[in-house]
Amino acid sequence: MAGNLQLTPEGRLKHFLTIEGLDKTLLTEILDLAESFAGMSDQQVKKVPILRGKTIVNLFFENSTRTRTTFELAAKRLSADVLSINIATSATSKGESLLDTIRNLEAMFVDMFVVRHALSGAAHFIAQQVAPHISVINAGDGQHAHPTQAMLDMFTIRQLKQDFAPLKVAIIGDILHSRVARSEIIALNTLGVAEVRVIAPKTLLPAHVETLGVTVFHNLSEGLKDVDVVMMLRLQKERMSSALLPSESEYFKCFGLTEEKLKIAKPDAIVMHPGPINRGVEIDSKVADGPQSVILKQVSNGIAVRMAVMAMAMQPQGARV
Amino acid sequence: MSPNHIDIPVLIDQLAERLKTVIAERTLNNPLLIGIRTGGVWIAERLHQKLHIQEPLGLLDISFYRDDFSQIGMNPKVKPSQLPPRLEGRDIILVDDVFYTGRTIRAALNEIFDYGRPNQVVLAVLIQRDGKQIPIAPDCVGIQIELNPGQRIKLTGPEPLGVHMELVKGAA
Repeated sequence: MAGNLQLTPEGRLKHFLTIEGLDKTLLTEILDLAESFAGMSDQQVKKVPILRGKTIVNLFFENSTRTRTTFELAAKRLSADVLSINIATSATSKGESLLDTIRNLEAMFVDMFVVRHALSGAAHFIAQQVAPHISVINAGDGQHAHPTQAMLDMFTIRQLKQDFAPLKVAIIGDILHSRVARSEIIALNTLGVAEVRVIAPKTLLPAHVETLGVTVFHNLSEGLKDVDVVMMLRLQKERMSSALLPSESEYFKCFGLTEEKLKIAKPDAIVMHPGPINRGVEIDSKVADGPQSVILKQVSNGIAVRMAVMAMAMQPQGARV
Repeated sequence: MSPNHIDIPVLIDQLAERLKTVIAERTLNNPLLIGIRTGGVWIAERLHQKLHIQEPLGLLDISFYRDDFSQIGMNPKVKPSQLPPRLEGRDIILVDDVFYTGRTIRAALNEIFDYGRPNQVVLAVLIQRDGKQIPIAPDCVGIQIELNPGQRIKLTGPEPLGVHMELVKGAA
């Protein structure tokens, strides 16, 4: 259902809520466009005029530094006017409903909402409610999806590994609470990698995770064998309602990525992490700052990928394909 | 004018000769040649050889600078521009295949200026047709032609270069 809501009748991107329901051609189009935007970093004036006169509102109901900042920069580089609303200090905290907040912003002639919310489905709900000319981008909703994070990771992988087809990718850690993991798995499978593995303790895996098209490992050393891409996830302590782990140090012992463990993967394997990093919990500092780490490259690529998604969603409806 | 009457190699030779004169008159110093994708690059490649320019050719994709995004959206085949990172103080020869409304050149100039403030920019085009809409004109032209308002002329290539004439749907 979400898949249809995201696309115009001509099959073009209108909202970007989830990777689900988007085909390889469209994902590749996002990556190609992002590549052109990435080239702009050579310019003295890192700005293009295509969204001049458009207004974009970053609506962050949940804390974020990296994602909000890169969305803001992306909007500015497209010459849009952008404002970020800190919900903690807004009228929502005085009891205003989500829909009323949206209606009020709509009345200020906003063209796009970038939404982060702790509840799964929030961006989808807003996309259903907004006026037809408005686009909605999901910047992370609960445990559901974080599609721009997945796309910037796909962009980073393609930049360093060129072809998706032969790749073995391992996603390690707190899969259960991770909207990033869900989006990554769908994106990797849509783009056709050879194998997606998830490596986690049983308590941090959702039920029936293998139906997403992944191979499940409970042992880090076994799962890392022959892997080209190592994706670490943050241990989401704030989303853990009950004791799913004995202790952080025990978790690190079993599932933390150290230099020793990384040697099991292919010698040219890259290490990714969506941030923020819990050093010494899921990843050792030596790996996070080491030569195989592409964590900061991911951050830079976030700008270009978010520019691509915003530009595509803001294209006039019925425009040429 | 029928496209069959346009001899592209001869035109490129003429354009190169005229460009040499302009380079001398305007005292262009170590000029950087920039071709506008796609047709302009094909012409610029040939001029690059004929003028014996050492520095690699600059490639410009103006898709992000077009003035019709809100009408027609983005060109999905947009590629990154490839220019030296600093254009500050440079003398530039900008090359395109067909000069028509002038809007492409406006977009190209805007993009170039986002890479820095050049010293001089000279515009060379293979074909200048009528229909200018903004006050921009080429400095150096291979051939000037007049067409009916509904006609469009396009360069085909890269090997061999040809000219294709078509009627635009819905044109006045």
